[in-house]
Amino acid sequence: MNPRILSVLRSTIPGVLVLASTLAQAQLSIEITGAGANRMPVAVASFEGESTLPRAVTDVVRADLERSGLFKMVELGPTPIGADAPVDFARIQSKGADAVAVGTVSPSGSGRYQVQVRLIDAAKQAGLGSQMMVMAPAQYRTTGHRIADFIYEKLTGEPGVFSTRIAYVLKSGSRYELQIADADGSNAQTALASKEPIISPSWSPDGSRLAYVSFEAKKPVVYVHSLATGQRNVAANFKGSNSAPAWAPDGRRLAVVLTKDGQSQLYSVNADGSGVQRLASSSGIDTEPSWSADGMIYFTSDRGGSPQIYRVPSGGGEAQRVTFEGSYNVSPRPSPDGKSLVYVSRNGGRFQITMLDLASRQTQILTDSSKDESPSFAPNGRMVLYATEVGGRGVLAAVSSDGRVKQRLSVQSGDVREPAWGPQPRN
Amino acid sequence: MKYTRLALSLVAVGLLAACSSAPKTGADQGAAVEDRSSGASSAGIDSNRVVAVDANAASGTGLAALKDPKSILSKRSVLFDYDSYVIKDQYRSLIEAHAKFLVANPKMKMLIQGNTDERGSREYNLALGQKRADTVKKALSLLGVTEGQLESVSLGEEKPSCGDASEACWSANRRGDMLYSGEF
Repeated sequence: MNPRILSVLRSTIPGVLVLASTLAQAQLSIEITGAGANRMPVAVASFEGESTLPRAVTDVVRADLERSGLFKMVELGPTPIGADAPVDFARIQSKGADAVAVGTVSPSGSGRYQVQVRLIDAAKQAGLGSQMMVMAPAQYRTTGHRIADFIYEKLTGEPGVFSTRIAYVLKSGSRYELQIADADGSNAQTALASKEPIISPSWSPDGSRLAYVSFEAKKPVVYVHSLATGQRNVAANFKGSNSAPAWAPDGRRLAVVLTKDGQSQLYSVNADGSGVQRLASSSGIDTEPSWSADGMIYFTSDRGGSPQIYRVPSGGGEAQRVTFEGSYNVSPRPSPDGKSLVYVSRNGGRFQITMLDLASRQTQILTDSSKDESPSFAPNGRMVLYATEVGGRGVLAAVSSDGRVKQRLSVQSGDVREPAWGPQPRN
Repeated sequence: MKYTRLALSLVAVGLLAACSSAPKTGADQGAAVEDRSSGASSAGIDSNRVVAVDANAASGTGLAALKDPKSILSKRSVLFDYDSYVIKDQYRSLIEAHAKFLVANPKMKMLIQGNTDERGSREYNLALGQKRADTVKKALSLLGVTEGQLESVSLGEEKPSCGDASEACWSANRRGDMLYSGEF
């Protein structure tokens, strides 16, 4: 890889999250409120043969890369450049692009198309890689996201998250909808509609199911919901409250919070609701469990007098306090690599997204808002999606792990809340 | 029976006095809209008006009182102070009346829903709301209501009775609601 590209990218942080929309009523729109300091100039040429498609794939690719806050898109004009065509490097360099993607779209029979993409280092005049896909015309968005992921990974060395999905709750009047959308906000679909609140959606590791808390029975009950079929089952409905589901990395068990034996305490259950077991015990409140890749469960507890973050080995053992600064630290989420922790801290009455480096113990407040809630990491660990409030309305926002890239996502009317960033799709 | 009632009342007085704190003003109390009655402020209980529940009436007449705006039993909300989980003195007669009703109607069940204001984490607030519901449940249990009749749950910050970001609203939202069989 071009060392120049690497050095540029080292000083910025990849990001993603674009929300345009297809639904008029719940149109998620995005506002970019911060970008990386040194965005890398990249060109995506129009693909040869692309005009035969109903919608241009490269529009999706450019929008993804631009909105990541990491890349500055360089315009090359409407003339297509094929995957195998000679590239006019003098022209690319004169436009200032460090890298250029070129491609060819051609019919592959049965109404499908083959898409060939080649990524080229403009300075070295050398190929960085190529990709070939077959698509139906209606899949132009999915294909565009996969191409953006390919370019992102080749240029940053890390997987992109353009093909992931997010879950969130839309509240309009007295109606609650658990919605699933692509990471760019398109294709929003309602998984559950209810007159009662829905909170705490949690993605299964394979992305096929969501666990959540629904109040449709006039009390909090944990459900597991298969997105493709709409089938769902009760995972926890014990006497008292049932809440805060979190999938174990194996995708078989869930950590939940139950009050069947007194105050809110941590348990685990199988996804079908069987096999309930205690995970930890305290004389106070234990809630908001979240599993880390290294087998720890991070959670919120007021056992020390104020709500703070603790962790306990998922197989049992002594709980260890993790946060010490301030009197209100809640909603912990370990990063995918297990090296850092994001949570909500209260600072002088403001609730803000905070990052803790677990090795150095350094903390950084990532936001300048005051009603932040429910952080969740993108699967590549580079962005944090969370809920906040702007002008009295619930919106979603995303911030990069270094606090530089910032995006805000809102609907025209209604509140958006309780976001959860889904895992990488399994192809 | 009268002896039992007296004994229960004494327990209640002791319990409530032990965890009472300064009462709020009437203005705050009037904000609760979970009140099933019409017009009257839900929490501003007239301490002189204690409805006499016939302990022998296992069903029928007693049930009507649950929805009668003139009956204390139509009052269902207990408000809490900020960061507090103790029942204030002013709710003594309300808790006693509901305990008496449940003792007299052992087939009746009650769902106690704890609520919080909107500030902070939804899940942590759910746990705090549970503490409020548990407090109400414990008070009723100590007055003789059987465990099987009571379930305490939390709605956290999800079902505010008042939607503004103001202290008046927040205090109205820090409440425990009592629902009877057929109401949940």
